[in-house]
Amino acid sequence: MPPRSTASLRALILEAGPVDQVGIEERVQKYATRSIKKNSKVFALKLAVSMLDLTTLEGKDTPGKVASLCRKAQRPHHTPDIPHTAAVCVYSALVRHARRALGKSPVRIASVATAFPSGQTPLATRLAEVRAAVADGADEIDMVINRGAFLAGEIALVQDEIAAVREACGQATLKVILETSELETYDNIRAASFLAMRVLRNGDFIKTSTGKTSSNATLANNQVMLDAIRDHFLATGIEIAMKPAGGIRTAKQALTFLVAVKETLGDAWLTPARYRFGASALLNDLLRQLEKERTGHYQAPYSFSEASGSY
Amino acid sequence: MARLPILKTPKCLVGGAFIRSESGGVYPIHDATGAFLANFPQCTRKDLRNAVEAAAKALPGWAARSAYNRGQILYRLAEMLEARAQEMAEALAPGRKPSADALREVHAAIDRITHYAGWSDKFQGLLGSVNPVASPHFNFTVTEPVGIVGVLAPEERPLLALLSLLLPIITGGNTVVALASHSQPLPAILLGEMLAVSDLPAGVVNLLTGNRADLLPTFATHAHLRALSAVADARERTDLQTGAADSVKRVTLLPSESPIDWFAERQQGLYHIRDFVELKTTWHPVGA
Repeated sequence: MPPRSTASLRALILEAGPVDQVGIEERVQKYATRSIKKNSKVFALKLAVSMLDLTTLEGKDTPGKVASLCRKAQRPHHTPDIPHTAAVCVYSALVRHARRALGKSPVRIASVATAFPSGQTPLATRLAEVRAAVADGADEIDMVINRGAFLAGEIALVQDEIAAVREACGQATLKVILETSELETYDNIRAASFLAMRVLRNGDFIKTSTGKTSSNATLANNQVMLDAIRDHFLATGIEIAMKPAGGIRTAKQALTFLVAVKETLGDAWLTPARYRFGASALLNDLLRQLEKERTGHYQAPYSFSEASGSY
Repeated sequence: MARLPILKTPKCLVGGAFIRSESGGVYPIHDATGAFLANFPQCTRKDLRNAVEAAAKALPGWAARSAYNRGQILYRLAEMLEARAQEMAEALAPGRKPSADALREVHAAIDRITHYAGWSDKFQGLLGSVNPVASPHFNFTVTEPVGIVGVLAPEERPLLALLSLLLPIITGGNTVVALASHSQPLPAILLGEMLAVSDLPAGVVNLLTGNRADLLPTFATHAHLRALSAVADARERTDLQTGAADSVKRVTLLPSESPIDWFAERQQGLYHIRDFVELKTTWHPVGA
């Protein structure tokens, strides 16, 4: 049972406008029916590679693993015309290893900070983590919002915390993770999007999920947030970027998400500065499909640096 | 009152589920009297791609089963077919009373399954070996599955030939994507229904129906298929070998020009299993 909305949360939802659940779900189903073939497909696959935040967020991450992730981000495949990924995304303690591996490479370093994924530490600790990550060389900070406070109706507290993290970021780009699966309703997701966007700068991101819960980025959640970005842009002229994360594993899914961007926000958002995918397994499937398009033959997954022990 | 009969829609077994072609395409098949029998899925290369994904998912689990367990599962399939032998004989010649020949084919198919059920925990000992070497090492050779194998069944003997091709492959711990007879697809559809209830894990055998010429180039070039077993004419053999060369896959071919006696003893046995296993040799130092 979803928790009862408090008066302040209800007021925010009313202000942001409610979401038509049936309409959104019907609309996103249609995105999968678009026929994208040949040149358009190759274009979209390469665009998706260039929009990737190649991610490793595991307890067993080591400096060596981060270094090989950085090499893969810089040169995902031996064929020359495949772009580098937008960024690598690592835990804050590993940022300095990523910086050493990447040097002056155009691949940016994103770091999850603010006690990812729960966010349940004192604000001072979270801000210190953000400052440390930026000092170590992070270009982008992925923060989690205080979902407990949001659902309890402490809207102003959530917004103040986002603003405080934004200040701690300095020049670094901020990505605000709403953790949609814990917000329970589309109305809440839209309300939380507006709450975050009102304190964000041009080019900062809102992001669906941590990838650490059972339900991750869905096409419908993505659509609710894209609609919110469009409405915010039309009202204020501020261009907020978007990052779905978690659960996007296949090239086909990625193409469907790009269709949603194209049809909601237009070509201006079809760039790595305005749209990102947070994923790890996705890159190999994108490369596999690009190789299929290049050679005309279906490829085996073990040719793309995964599942080397499998058949 | 006359009852309106409910006709069965033939569907292909892929990943343990019964699918229509993703394209929605079908082709009609008529029975012996010329009456319309059913529309069969006209599978495309995308269906083949999906079937390979299903076979890939099933492979590690199937390869890791104990040899004894694989034998039990194959024997269970023979039990399923024995119980429905009459129905299968009717499927071999729809519209006609099952002939002695159809029953003979079903019985031979059941015996063939039992034959390979017996081999499943015995071929390792005969194909593997402990090798004498001139240094203080244990040196032994063991069998491993090659991976996902593509099968192109001939037009004739739509049950016995199909099973003769795919049984040695799954006995060796591989998984299969098979294209059934184009002109007589009903036995393969029925076999799929039996496989689905035979304890065989989903995706170990995937059966497609459709046009050979549409699918043959993809069978040949799909890099994730590690071997092919086909009955093919001269031109198809060239295409399969050329396509397979790129991804370095094993190709076992039987020419379709001369008639094949599928009942013959030489259509079963250890050497058919050997075609689809890799031999791995290991050196292990002898302790002091």
